[in-house]
Amino acid sequence: MSSLTNIVKKEFKEMLTKSTIIPVILMAVMFGYLGSMMGDVEEEVSTPPVIGLVDLDDGVISDIAFEVLNASSDMAYNGTDVDAGLEEVKKAGGVALIVLPANLSSDILNGSRGYIDVYWMMEGAGMLDAISSASVDSLLGSMSYGISAYLVNESSETDPAVVLFPVERSDTTIFQDEVMEDVSPDFLITMLSAQSFTVPFIIMMIIIMAGGMVISSMGLEKENKTLETLLTLPVSRGSIVSGKLVASALVGLVMAGIYMVGFNYYMTSIETSAEIDLAKYGLDLGPVDFILVGVSVFVSLLAALSMCMVLGTYAKNYKSAQTLTMPITLLAIIPMFITMFKDFGTLPLALQAVLFVIPFSHPMMAMRELMFGNYALVLGGIVYVTAFAIVMIAITVWIFKTDRLLTGSMKGKGLAGLLMKKR
Amino acid sequence: MNAIEVRELVKDYGSFRAVKGISFDVREGEVFGLIGPNGAGKTTTLRIIATLLRISSGSVQVFGNDLRREPHEVRKILSYLPEDAGAYKNLTGREYLQFIADFFASGRAADEIVKKGIEIASLSDRIDDKVDTYSKGMTRRLLVSRALMTEPKLTILDELTSGLDVINAQEIRKTVKSISEKGTTVLLSSHNMLEVELMCDRIALINDGRIVELGTPTELKGKHNASNIEEVFTKVVMA
Repeated sequence: MSSLTNIVKKEFKEMLTKSTIIPVILMAVMFGYLGSMMGDVEEEVSTPPVIGLVDLDDGVISDIAFEVLNASSDMAYNGTDVDAGLEEVKKAGGVALIVLPANLSSDILNGSRGYIDVYWMMEGAGMLDAISSASVDSLLGSMSYGISAYLVNESSETDPAVVLFPVERSDTTIFQDEVMEDVSPDFLITMLSAQSFTVPFIIMMIIIMAGGMVISSMGLEKENKTLETLLTLPVSRGSIVSGKLVASALVGLVMAGIYMVGFNYYMTSIETSAEIDLAKYGLDLGPVDFILVGVSVFVSLLAALSMCMVLGTYAKNYKSAQTLTMPITLLAIIPMFITMFKDFGTLPLALQAVLFVIPFSHPMMAMRELMFGNYALVLGGIVYVTAFAIVMIAITVWIFKTDRLLTGSMKGKGLAGLLMKKR
Repeated sequence: MNAIEVRELVKDYGSFRAVKGISFDVREGEVFGLIGPNGAGKTTTLRIIATLLRISSGSVQVFGNDLRREPHEVRKILSYLPEDAGAYKNLTGREYLQFIADFFASGRAADEIVKKGIEIASLSDRIDDKVDTYSKGMTRRLLVSRALMTEPKLTILDELTSGLDVINAQEIRKTVKSISEKGTTVLLSSHNMLEVELMCDRIALINDGRIVELGTPTELKGKHNASNIEEVFTKVVMA
């Protein structure tokens, strides 16, 4: 065997361990999930949107509108009653009810713009939840184009501005039984982007950084050979575990504070450029909501840190500790991506289960869910994450009482056992 | 009263039995040496007595406290210096001693412990430098001072002078001897047979998880017709 081959072989053995491969496999599975989610979205885009049409005009323009809309949509209602239309569209899981007013044709044919009303049935406030409304947006564009084409053929005297843009619309969005006038789903989603993007991102960063510190601290204790001394001091194992958790939680909160300063600037800039007052529609957080968000963040941080302590016990040194942060990173990134793009309520059941089980999902979702009054999900999440944290802390204390920390062996053969064996 | 009473001690690591039913006593105030070849079970035995490892079977009593039932009580009266121990690199020597002292006392009493630690460490002004900047020998002196400054009833020293030069090693041995004369029981393990012979009142030779010899240095040398403990060691282990 040549020297080069010998070195390559040794490097392979050091680098390709179960502990390095398993996180990559988990990452691949996660991308698979995201891919299937994207596939669903693609299907959503290519499937004709379900809409309703209330035609109060019964003129030539509304005929054109009907033709265009009917050709490219699944029309759940076609009638003259707005309330019945809303009911039918909602029942069919539709996206929007388009109302063509009585004077639409006469207005447009007389050289004025016609005004239509669109009632949006919004299901979720995630970025991908806007996809269905984008399909109807495109449909309305086609309708406008059809009317323009008619006007060009039929009348050369009509104001070109009207010919080009014959229809203006007024949006009303219905979300979680809240009727928001003059608000389109796109605009609402943009307004809520702070909850969709920034909050999950900050939570993810805090968990990864604070968690990394706990695991590294355990790795350093072993690398610097300070652990044995610490364990023979007259201090309970519980105090050692609690001390490490409290210190890293405080550092995590300091980090959160720093991030929140930037976040606050971001929110302020959004508020000043906002054209609507979300509080008017009940989309703001009260003091109780903020307390619940705080509790959710705290218990999740505790769960993350205690989980990191368990992982940290498998670290042999600082280097191996870095590898062990992978599972935590994955568990923080997965819910971040999911909550960024979709609301919990609009996810398939399997993904809802995955999201609920991951303890770090809950603070990421809490703000938006509380805005829409989903207290059950937030409170349920807090209870679950608290229980998760208690179990993790109990496991950590138990490990601290066994030989595991020093001998690096355990009779169990779970994932952790596999990770540990190769360290 | 015996400081340590070990009875039929067994330690298994999975299917591997590292310690195979050993029994011995360490008398209060004596310096007791545990010697043997690599992998004989010395460090495992020391770690068990230091409350770090759990007993598979058998029993250990430390000053009347049962190791299984009262490990926290045992920790109050012992100090353990592992062979390859380290100190927190971001702390200064003084801060490290203070960190340890605060587990044993508070206020002025803790300050007194630190003062004693600084005296034993003999690091002069370097005591206020970060441990990260210490040489191996300086770190070892700091760690020895950490182990002895609390004047524990029992101190367990694994390779006491590991990494120290001859002069420093001599100083540390003197310090341990003087601590022992004041009443601290010392259980030590070393590959340095001269050190063992110089320091220990009694010696147990452990091989393959079993105690194969036990006695004073003079008794062991006489029994094996050897001029020093190194010869005894070689004869017993190679037999």
